Amino acid sequence: MAENLLEIEVLTKRFGGVIASDAISLDIPAGELHAIIGPNGAGKTTLIGQLTGEIAPDAGRIRFASRDITALPVYRRSRLGLARSFQISSLFADFTALDNVALAVQAHAGHSFRFWRDARSEAALREPARAALASAGLAARADTLAADLSHGERRQLEIAMALAGRPRLLLLDEPMAGMGFEESTRLVETLRQLKGSLTVLLIEHDMDAVFALADRISVLVYGRVIASGEAAAIRADPAVRQAYLGETAYLGESGGASQGAADG
Amino acid sequence: MSSLRAMSLARIRRGDWLTPRVAVNAVLLAVLALVPFYASLTSDPFLVTLFTRVLILALAALSLNLIMGFGGMVSLGHAAYLGIGGYAVGILAKEGIGSGFVQWPVAVAASALYALAVGALSLRTRGFYFIMITLAFAQMIYYVASGLDRYGGDDGLTIYRRSRFGAFVDLDNKTQFYYLCFALLLAGIYLVWRIVNSRFGLVIRGARSNERRMRAIGFPTFRYKLVCFVIAGAMCGLAGALLANHTNFISPAMMHWTRSGDLIVMAVLGGMHAMFGPLIGAMTFLLLEEALSHVTDYPDLILGPLLLLVAIYLHGGIGGLIGARRG
Repeated sequence: MAENLLEIEVLTKRFGGVIASDAISLDIPAGELHAIIGPNGAGKTTLIGQLTGEIAPDAGRIRFASRDITALPVYRRSRLGLARSFQISSLFADFTALDNVALAVQAHAGHSFRFWRDARSEAALREPARAALASAGLAARADTLAADLSHGERRQLEIAMALAGRPRLLLLDEPMAGMGFEESTRLVETLRQLKGSLTVLLIEHDMDAVFALADRISVLVYGRVIASGEAAAIRADPAVRQAYLGETAYLGESGGASQGAADG
Repeated sequence: MSSLRAMSLARIRRGDWLTPRVAVNAVLLAVLALVPFYASLTSDPFLVTLFTRVLILALAALSLNLIMGFGGMVSLGHAAYLGIGGYAVGILAKEGIGSGFVQWPVAVAASALYALAVGALSLRTRGFYFIMITLAFAQMIYYVASGLDRYGGDDGLTIYRRSRFGAFVDLDNKTQFYYLCFALLLAGIYLVWRIVNSRFGLVIRGARSNERRMRAIGFPTFRYKLVCFVIAGAMCGLAGALLANHTNFISPAMMHWTRSGDLIVMAVLGGMHAMFGPLIGAMTFLLLEEALSHVTDYPDLILGPLLLLVAIYLHGGIGGLIGARRG
């Protein structure tokens, strides 16, 4: 059995009277692609926020690579190899696509108290950045300002930036949000290629993508994990079907549609 | 094939090199270099005095632009560094330490230390609160200076001897002092240019653009912004030392909050993303102020609307206007 890269222990977060994370416990083995699904307001983004360090939990613990990171600030977790993409693209709009990724490379290339040399001419930053851009399918747009990229391209740039730091765990917060069919198909392909070499925690509404990619799926409802397991088990789980009441037909249909892909 | 490519590359480089902005900047520098000659030809020494002031305040505006234009840290207390640098020179002169080799490093170090303290507190906040804290600290320093009875209190202090640099440079010689200010400004512009394109500079600019994302990709942004704040403070402290030598006088008025406002106006007027923007802004501001003061008792009545026009229509400032081009 593979060692757990991420261990979440009874993580709890309240906002006033609302329990956004209700004693969430989850183990994610190294190399797994783990998807978290759940209806709107289930607390998915709050969970990501606690994992990255932007939100402090009220109780519970987060262990990353056998190290307790519950109290570490955002940048320290990032340095340890925990990268994220944002649900709403969060880029450096007035930098080019390549500059965006190069900055992510720079963040993991020692301290940046270097005041003299032109950072845009440093091959040690530019080459890995170009490679990350290429693997996200954006090589041709390297010199375009992030602000001028299409929505789908910005999502791809998000992934490229997350990959540029050579993370061990990739947290993807609804990477397909607002993507067209073609773009999301391409992104699924990109993620499929990453599978195995990288541990991924995927939060996604696109059920086709989730069932096609995930090794295991956890279902979050009102801050609680009501089910966790392989795709087939999740699809058959009565509690899950209950939670997705009204979406049941969709859940069943999309599950069937991506059955072949999941098996392949 | 490859030689063809090299040729077109060279042509692109040639075209890139001589842009309208470069041309305008070159003319600007040539004019500034010739000011003392022109003044001696027309025997109008006031011109040198006026342009020395332009150069000094351009250095101050340049330092403000580093944190404001590139770092997104709008400080409404930047004139405090002019005062600290100036008082370092004035106080040491009064106490009998006339050497510039002591006075100027003290001016720079005191300003850097003050920036470290202000930055450590204010950079934990942002936006409106950041502006208010920088203003509050500057007001505090202003009242401290007013309370220094030994050094003139509210009335200020006359500096009877300018900083001495032995045989290197004689600050009592207007022309030499002018060229010293000119050289320091050019060095400052070059330094800022190197900084904003370095790894450090990209971190600062990234934090201005999207600080949350900077943390997410692994940057402890606070310490970089703090160091940037200290560099800007030190640079402005040097401008303060120059200013005290220029006017032979220091008083709390040189760090009044409206002086900080003037520096912001200069930086915005000249264009915050153009390297020569602060110089263009300081020059426009001070020359207009001077010209208008001959015409009206209320030059602000004209300067105010002018700034409004720049803010509304000219986001890159005057420097941005000159650089505007396609392709």
